[in-house]
Amino acid sequence: MEGCGEMTPTARFLEVKDVRKAYGAIKAVDGVSFAVGPGEIVGVIGPNGSGKTTLFNSILGQIKPSSGNVDFCGEEITGMSPLQLSRRGVGRTFQTLQVFGKLSVRDNLIVAAQEFQGTMPARLLAPPDAGLGQHADEMIEFFGLRHVAQLPAGSLSYGQQKLIDIAMAFMPKPRLVLLDEPCAGVNPSLVDQLRALLIDLNKAQGGSFVVIEHNMDFIMKLCPHVICMVEGKVLAEGPPETVQANRQVLEAYLGN
Amino acid sequence: MGDLIQLIVSGIATGAIYALAALGFTLLWQAAGVINFSQGEFVMLPAFAILLFIALGAPLWLAFLLACVAAMLVLGIGFKWVIVDPLIRHGVIPLVIATLGLSIGLKSTLKAGYSAEAHPFPSPFPGGQFSIADVNISYADIGTLVVAGFVVISLQLFLNRTVTGRAMQAVAQNTDAAKVLGIDVKRMVLYTFLINAVLAAVAALLVTPTYLAKFDMGDAIGQKAFFAAIIGGFNQTRGALLGGVLIGVLENLVGFYVSPAYKEGVALILFLVVIVFRPEGLLGRAEERKV
Amino acid sequence: MNRTRTFGLVAALIAFAVLPNFLKSYGVYLMTLFCVYLMAIFGLNLTVGYAGQMSLGQAAFLGIGAYQAAIFLKLGWPIFIVLPVAGIVCFIVGLILGFPALRVQHHYLAFATLGFNILVYLVMRNEEKVTGGTFGIPGIPRPSLFGYSLDGALPFFYFTFLSVVVLALFLWWLLRSPWGRAFAALRDNPMRATSLGINITAYTLLAFAIGAACAGVGGVYYAALVQFIEPAPFHFSASLTMLLAVIVGGSGRFFGPVLGTIIVVLLPEWLRFMQNWYLAVFGFAVVALMIWLPGGLLSIPERLRWKGAAK
Repeated sequence: MEGCGEMTPTARFLEVKDVRKAYGAIKAVDGVSFAVGPGEIVGVIGPNGSGKTTLFNSILGQIKPSSGNVDFCGEEITGMSPLQLSRRGVGRTFQTLQVFGKLSVRDNLIVAAQEFQGTMPARLLAPPDAGLGQHADEMIEFFGLRHVAQLPAGSLSYGQQKLIDIAMAFMPKPRLVLLDEPCAGVNPSLVDQLRALLIDLNKAQGGSFVVIEHNMDFIMKLCPHVICMVEGKVLAEGPPETVQANRQVLEAYLGN
Repeated sequence: MGDLIQLIVSGIATGAIYALAALGFTLLWQAAGVINFSQGEFVMLPAFAILLFIALGAPLWLAFLLACVAAMLVLGIGFKWVIVDPLIRHGVIPLVIATLGLSIGLKSTLKAGYSAEAHPFPSPFPGGQFSIADVNISYADIGTLVVAGFVVISLQLFLNRTVTGRAMQAVAQNTDAAKVLGIDVKRMVLYTFLINAVLAAVAALLVTPTYLAKFDMGDAIGQKAFFAAIIGGFNQTRGALLGGVLIGVLENLVGFYVSPAYKEGVALILFLVVIVFRPEGLLGRAEERKV
Repeated sequence: MNRTRTFGLVAALIAFAVLPNFLKSYGVYLMTLFCVYLMAIFGLNLTVGYAGQMSLGQAAFLGIGAYQAAIFLKLGWPIFIVLPVAGIVCFIVGLILGFPALRVQHHYLAFATLGFNILVYLVMRNEEKVTGGTFGIPGIPRPSLFGYSLDGALPFFYFTFLSVVVLALFLWWLLRSPWGRAFAALRDNPMRATSLGINITAYTLLAFAIGAACAGVGGVYYAALVQFIEPAPFHFSASLTMLLAVIVGGSGRFFGPVLGTIIVVLLPEWLRFMQNWYLAVFGFAVVALMIWLPGGLLSIPERLRWKGAAK
């Protein structure tokens, strides 16, 4: 699925407009605006506590922003529930591991996409794999999980569970995926592999990604467009080289 | 009018007993994350312990003190070591199931090994009542209120005014922060279990003269305590008091004015209304969902 | 399922079907009662074991089904009407009971469902005009099937046995369908589930409703088996026992309820002369089980395999 479909050819894809979120006197997100086009990969960097995850949660309906709004394909999605967002093709991964521990890896992948097939009664009567077995097996192959496909996801290593987590987000072929620190806890030797996987997925499925990440090398090589947040504000935005060269960004990371 | 006042006073007295058991419930939950489904049996056992010590020749006050000590050892330290410590890291549900099992085990052991009958229990207060105008209030109700009030106020003073009490509250509010502050968390949690045991023993002393000592007397008290805790607010000590008294009074009123058959339903309906409309309880703070 | 297990299952079913021919009427009665409770406990395993919802109200549904059956069978309604009516009514009441589960979890939910059970019990005991109060409803007729009377102990046993097998097959199919997977997702991680488009509201309510419907259907067989009902068997302590049956057998394991029902229904009846001591041992055994074997008895083979693999 690419872009918003033919219905809204002129609409912007994802547009975040002046989003603010305050906890008492603390402004976690302080007027952030940016846009993401169809098929684009945008990186969000910034020191700890700069409001990246709060921004994510505001876009994804986990928390309600104090002001500002978020449009997706010309429709306002501010404050929508995660369920409503997933129905509109917005997927996510979490900072911490969030797999279905007792289900097998294959079932984890199938369950990630099955609810997008037909109606609820139809799913009751559908074959056990909901017609998704082949797609799940392809994904398992793609992520190199074949040798563990039948094991309970909760019994695997951290890195493997992280891969399952990411694979699950892509199973329903979402139009937009927000990835919260995909490299966190992943063995450094696998980081390059993970980046290659994401780039291939972007080409194959055509969805847009927004990626929060602390691993600079990873993000600079993955994302053609990078946003740097400091203290709840967008400090710099542009191609990775430009942001990397920005003096204020360097100060924010090295200074203080 | 006289009826109404009488019903309210004796309702508050009964409610105060529920509140004692509920207080222990909430303290355990706050400090240790423990839900004790055998709380009712924690009241039943001291009642029988008191009867045992009386049978051995002790006067009531001494029997009560001995029962308190026994409760602290068995229902405080023993319960924590044998059941809570091995289970607590598996989360809430295994502990709920284990205490459900414990409740069945304790009741059935007493029934099979000792008696299935209800046994009379001496009242710590004189019989009779006093009257003002057309209001008759029994000395037992007054005594219950005085004792329960004394225990609750001392507990509040202990928790708010002493170093140990404040440390216990710190543990209840934020275990990690308490650890950083150098508070001996394990010891504070142990104190909570001891206090719970004593509260249960006091509740036993007050409730058994009317309920009679019977193996299943804990069913009703345990339920009421839990409902009281939720109605008032599980994370607030004062909530347990409010919940207990509310149930006690409303039960009396419904039993008298509506139908004695549905008296037992009062706590339930109040509880169902609270969890649907205000799950954090009347006085509770909403617990934040962790993402 | 591999071949040995299928063979074992078929052998067990045949043995179970043949056994009553060699038993006295009380033995046949017990085996029928076992099948009745098994229906309710299979349903509870769906709610608790597969969908991860706490429920201490299953006996109330068994009771609702039983009282309905008592009233309608006495009016001469055919069993083919009474069964679906009980199932549908309990399904709807189960849906309603599911609503608190959307607001609260775990121990709160345990008490919400327990509260519901107490309320239903109070109604059974107090609304004498409908339920006969503490005297209950006597003289419930056994139904007949296509004109063939099920009055005898053996015919009624076979009818019940066949029904529980059909119910088990239905649940087996349900749990292997995409719904079963969604229930497990709801149990393992509701937050993740909702971000993947899984409507956890709908699945939570369905988990309660389907579990309740199983108990409602079981209740119909209960009323027809005992031919006399009173509130006592539907007290919340029966719900507690059923929950423990699920846990002891192995919650979220398909055949867990079979083992659990043997332990909580069959054995105590058989050891009736020492029932209180049996319960005492059972209670403490549950505590021990939670400490050493939280996965239930059916997790023993897995445990042993792990230990073997570790060496």
